[in-house]
Amino acid sequence: MDKPVISVKDVSMLFNLSRDKTMGIKEYVVKALKRQLFYDEFWALRDINFEVKRGEVVGILGLNGSGKSTLLKLIAGVFKPTKGSIEVNGAISPLLELGAGFDPEFSARENVFMNGAMFGYAPSYMKTLYKDIMDFAELWEFEDVPMKNFSSGMYARLGFAVATQVEPDILIVDEILGVGDHLFTKKCEDRIKKMLEGGTTVLLVSHNIDTIKEMCSRAVLLSKGKVVQVGAVEEICKIYQGDDA
Amino acid sequence: MTKKHFALAALILTAVQFVLFWDTLPIEVAGHRPGNIPMLVFYTGFVSATSSMLLVILLICVTKKTYVINQLKTFSKFRHLMFLMIKRDFVTRYRRSVLGILWSVLNPLLTMLVLTMVFSMLFRDMGIENFPVYLLSGQLMFNFFSEATNSAMVSITGGAGTIKKVYVPKYIFPISRVISALVNVGFSFLAFLFVFIVTGESFSWTMLLIPIPVFYMLLFSAGVGMFLSATNVFFRDISYIYGVLLTLVMFLTPIMYPVSILPDRVYHLIHLNPMYHFVSYFRALALNGVLPSLWSNIICLGFALAALGVGFYVKMSQQDKYILYL
Repeated sequence: MDKPVISVKDVSMLFNLSRDKTMGIKEYVVKALKRQLFYDEFWALRDINFEVKRGEVVGILGLNGSGKSTLLKLIAGVFKPTKGSIEVNGAISPLLELGAGFDPEFSARENVFMNGAMFGYAPSYMKTLYKDIMDFAELWEFEDVPMKNFSSGMYARLGFAVATQVEPDILIVDEILGVGDHLFTKKCEDRIKKMLEGGTTVLLVSHNIDTIKEMCSRAVLLSKGKVVQVGAVEEICKIYQGDDA
Repeated sequence: MTKKHFALAALILTAVQFVLFWDTLPIEVAGHRPGNIPMLVFYTGFVSATSSMLLVILLICVTKKTYVINQLKTFSKFRHLMFLMIKRDFVTRYRRSVLGILWSVLNPLLTMLVLTMVFSMLFRDMGIENFPVYLLSGQLMFNFFSEATNSAMVSITGGAGTIKKVYVPKYIFPISRVISALVNVGFSFLAFLFVFIVTGESFSWTMLLIPIPVFYMLLFSAGVGMFLSATNVFFRDISYIYGVLLTLVMFLTPIMYPVSILPDRVYHLIHLNPMYHFVSYFRALALNGVLPSLWSNIICLGFALAALGVGFYVKMSQQDKYILYL
């Protein structure tokens, strides 16, 4: 048996809604004295368990607020789970949000190197990939334009190009395929399929059932922070669509 | 071995060393005079606490090898990011200014000119031979500290956009800011050399050792910077408090005045200020051509390592919570 690439064990994530980010020391002391500090707990995820094997494409389905993005952020290491453990074996390219980690003040070129460094790749390695990245994103014209002038489609293209060209072991895609036009979406899907042949593992979040059906072999259905079911994609999609109706 | 065991070990070691070191510290470093018990207690306590902390850190490194190795691996993975961030800081700093990098040299020069004019009118005779060089050397070290810690303090809150979306070890942010400040000090040092030559000061070989106090200062600033950046995430009040505190520390550091004008009470107090020791170290090398004693090395390194230890501990224990407060 292959060792799972991602294994999520009994993971729960708690958010404290009263954690107001503008709270000052005075307020903190007053609240601590009144013992009101840790109220309004919100469990975004509860006791999540599943495993992903090498080369699998797993879709994550669920309505808004069911905890999909939180789960992906936990796997990417952005959050630490309140309880439970997550084990990831391999390099992750997280595409969690549109243009994650891009600095709008800097040009596309600088951001490619910066983004690569955030995933832990050396500038010398990024240099060898640079041509492929720009070719894929089709952004040669705007190479030296600060990214604040980019459209959201351009952001997504560059983000996707960097995340996939570094050839990660695990690719996490959170609903960003829908941003580009249909040509680019098609290109992305082809790219993911090609990566799969190389043994890359993919986690995909999308509200587009057709995309999930086409790309994934298995799926995880989340509802209100809990796993409803893990299984073959058709089965899960059926349940999910049943929920909608 | 848990946290409690390590803390206990540190306490016991400190107590033992306190007894061992009692009354062995030289007077000129610690600034205490016979009969000044509080200063003696502070410095003996300080030296024994830092050295026991170092021993405990060694102990942790030996017993938790895998943890330490993993941390080092992550750091080496993200070192490219750190270099790019330092480069970015540098490029952004002088973007759209006509003189660009030249400002790094001009700024300390001009400030020095203003202060020299003011002070030569206010205080006629303070017993400083070459005021511009004296002032500039103090300023160089203090500005390094102030710039490094101030920019490190807001590095986490400023990097919220990245931290929320990609996993990056959080200490990269304050550390890269401190190193950026170091780069800037390099330019300020050019200004210092310029004034040094123009005022006809003579060089001494001890100037070659200047990187030593700057290195101590780097460690100290990194520690303070990590502590500030961690606490500033939870309480934004820190940045206001620190602004005032820094002004206090500035006046408690002999930057614009000689130590000799201080009344006795403040003279003792000033020895508690780490900045005093760093600045004195620097001046001993650059201005007086004297090699600082072993004890002033121990005190400087002690302050640096103590700050680094506390800063790193606070940082590592808090960094997983940041994301919920940004």
